[in-house]
Amino acid sequence: MSDHSHSHPTPGLYLVIFIALVIGTVATWGIAFVDLGVWNPVIALAIAVTKATLVVLFFMHIYYSSKLTKITISAGIFWLMIMITMSLSDYLTRTFLPQ
Amino acid sequence: MSTATTTPVPVMPARHFLNDNYGIRSWLLTKDHKRIAILYLLSITVFFFIGGIFAALIRLHLLTPNGELFSADTYNRLFTMHGVNMIFFFLIPSVPAVIGNFVLPIMVGTKDLAFPKINLLSWYLYIGGATFSVLAMVSGGVDTGWTFYAPLSSGYLRGHVILMAVGILIVGFSSIFTGLNFIVTVHRMRAPGMTWGRLPLFVWSNYAASLIMVLGTPVIAITLTLLALERGFHIGIFDPKLGGDPVLFQHMFWFYSHPAVYIMILPGMGVISEIVPCFSRKRIFGYAFVAFSSIAIAVFGFVVWAHHMFVAGISVYSALVFSLLSYAVAIPSAVKVFNWTATMYKGSVQMDTPMLYAMAFIGLFTIGGLTGLFLAALGLDIHIHDTYFVVAHFHYVMVGGMVTAYMGGLHFWWPKMTGRMYPEVPAKLAALITFIGFNLTFFPQFILGYMGMPRRYWAYPPEFQVLNVLSTAGASILSVGFILPLFYFLWSLKYGEIAGNNPWKATGLEWETTSPPPTHNFHEIPIVTKDPYAYGEEEEEVPVVH
Amino acid sequence: MSTSQTTTTEHHPALAHQFDSMEQQQDASTFGMWVFLLTEIMMFGGLFTAYLIYRIKYYPAFVAGSTSISVSWGFANTLVLIGSSFTMAMAVWSAQTSRRRLQIWCLIGTMILGTVFLGIKGKEYYDKYDECHIPGLGHQIIGKPFNTTGGCSATNKDLGNISKEIRERAQNDHEEVSEESANQTADQTQIFFSFYFAMTGLHAFHMIIGLGLLTWLLIRATRGHFDSQYYTPMELGGLYWHFVDIVWIFLFPLLYLISRHKGGI
Repeated sequence: MSDHSHSHPTPGLYLVIFIALVIGTVATWGIAFVDLGVWNPVIALAIAVTKATLVVLFFMHIYYSSKLTKITISAGIFWLMIMITMSLSDYLTRTFLPQ
Repeated sequence: MSTATTTPVPVMPARHFLNDNYGIRSWLLTKDHKRIAILYLLSITVFFFIGGIFAALIRLHLLTPNGELFSADTYNRLFTMHGVNMIFFFLIPSVPAVIGNFVLPIMVGTKDLAFPKINLLSWYLYIGGATFSVLAMVSGGVDTGWTFYAPLSSGYLRGHVILMAVGILIVGFSSIFTGLNFIVTVHRMRAPGMTWGRLPLFVWSNYAASLIMVLGTPVIAITLTLLALERGFHIGIFDPKLGGDPVLFQHMFWFYSHPAVYIMILPGMGVISEIVPCFSRKRIFGYAFVAFSSIAIAVFGFVVWAHHMFVAGISVYSALVFSLLSYAVAIPSAVKVFNWTATMYKGSVQMDTPMLYAMAFIGLFTIGGLTGLFLAALGLDIHIHDTYFVVAHFHYVMVGGMVTAYMGGLHFWWPKMTGRMYPEVPAKLAALITFIGFNLTFFPQFILGYMGMPRRYWAYPPEFQVLNVLSTAGASILSVGFILPLFYFLWSLKYGEIAGNNPWKATGLEWETTSPPPTHNFHEIPIVTKDPYAYGEEEEEVPVVH
Repeated sequence: MSTSQTTTTEHHPALAHQFDSMEQQQDASTFGMWVFLLTEIMMFGGLFTAYLIYRIKYYPAFVAGSTSISVSWGFANTLVLIGSSFTMAMAVWSAQTSRRRLQIWCLIGTMILGTVFLGIKGKEYYDKYDECHIPGLGHQIIGKPFNTTGGCSATNKDLGNISKEIRERAQNDHEEVSEESANQTADQTQIFFSFYFAMTGLHAFHMIIGLGLLTWLLIRATRGHFDSQYYTPMELGGLYWHFVDIVWIFLFPLLYLISRHKGGI
């Protein structure tokens, strides 16, 4: 069951998360100017996923929410992954006749 | 010895949801899920007949091989409008928005859906989308096929694609909000004692369909938006001339449209799961299997979409995976068919109209489903893709399956919705006519497809004419079968026998309240202690019907 | 699951008739909003999927396109939006703890930051218009057809000349790129810009709706509708706003930071 009336994040926690998000943004921006080859997009996305997770867990209160809500957001991410990976699996495994 | 209580003569309740409030405002601004269901019933019936008229014109045109009735261009518009109307404006809303809206809250034991205002918004979105569709039709229609493949639809044809796309986009949101409402209602508003394991299977099926509505429909929304942008602003997303990829459109389109067919069929299966135990006077066989198979169909339905694209140029390895998964998705459907049949076995089968439709469903859906497996086989699909085999397959599952289930459900719950029984003899006649007409229309199409007649062609080689004529003859019979209910249902509103609370002696919370139900469904919220489908547990009372 | 009953016998004025208790109403409403956000994930997800496929297919063009949009403005906008998420979270907390004045100020703060975001977005869109980078019916609607090979302005041959930028960057890396090849890549950036406008446009559309929602919340907050007993609309507004923030958190690296180390503005 939900816990809205029990534990809440405090403004202090919100501030910490906010600062973490700012740091993440600066990091993403800064690292983008360093040539790390194939790791650039990987790191950028990893930071983005971390930031999004922080927003979802704390700003959106998932950390304090019911199991149902947690399952709901996981389902969304899972379905998105199905769409992306199965579409890409077509494009990435095409073999074309030699020119 | 049975306590022979004289069954009291059924009476209409003095106040119920239909007469609680009068006036057009009380209907157009209603928040009562039952009234919204009736609004939907009226709306989708109109579109069913519009789609039916297009079907009639198609079949008339195909009587002769040289296409003497309409030009090629017009013919393209006919089958497109037939498909669009039937799928988006009839089939997708049919059971959820009409029967689901009406009975689901009562089955779950609550006073209304979680968000009644959003439910009403859902209906207005339907009407809004339908308006755009009608606008597109009267402006000349669309000729791309209901699948709107780009770049045909985004740059090459002159039909009113954007109008139509906007209409479908809007009606898609109607579907999303219905699904959202059902999901929240089932999770958060069940009556005390109504555990998941006591929910009627109709609720499980509609819940599964709602999951699909919520997860799949947004993708068609964005696909149509991109299509409209490409068509309106000539940006190259799907158009190869501008660097786009037409196969991408197909991926995005079918990502929704395949699960959409499960949105259509799952609620129908839910209806069958209610009818079969009731008219076999026997508890459903394998409740848990049927319940979980609904969820399995919803989940698996999302990973098979590229089986519509086997010959479109996708990677053969990807095609292999999709083909395998398409075989897998047939399994839960088969599980349901076995369970319904097992329910009937050694049951005391009553041949009332809803049961006639249910039995027809089981047979016809099986044929449709099995022929789907033919299409899922990569090698065979190369031969029968885009032929009448496909057309026959999906009409068997959609009409032989879904529409049949919808008709069965309408007959089953008509007494609950209106307080009146429909007349049994015309109803049985209509069911029989529908069954004969349907098979005569679509079985020849399997043969036509296998022999090589392509779909969406306005003319065909003369050797196919005999089968086409048979198909058209069947269509004329089928149309009678669908028109008859219009008349006797309307007749029953004034002259039908009064039904009473539970004319079918069925289980389920909706049968414990009056027919029609009061506006707030229950005078007191029930506390549930029984399992669903407790048929044959109490003394056998043969339902007093006619 | 059974519904819990309120401890008081009177109904809170905001309790809808289909619910048995405020707790059930809050639960169901929040869950409903999450289900709605699920649909939004899939809708934006469709765009992201298409974007990913084209990024793989036209990587050099995507690099060229990405380096021609201002990373500084994108960076600034990201900070602005994160800030607005913070003020929104504070607004919800204030409502939860019955702090009426604070919730109003936090809402106003969120709206100001949201408007700043849209303003910066507008500026970026204007820059693209100026540089002839808006794909599509430019010549018919906005008078500046898509042009990335130097024909955008008669007086300034470098305005929006992505082809030239490609060749310059190649030279910096000591590589040879023919003019024809650079022109082709520059032409292909049309796909990048289509996605840029589609994705940021859909996002901005959601921001505008969000501002509308916030306005409505502000009006209700000033009327004192929200307190610890009932703050569901604030919670729902917060969820929506944070979601829009999350979309941008992904849009920023995906659109602005493609091979940035190679240069660009």
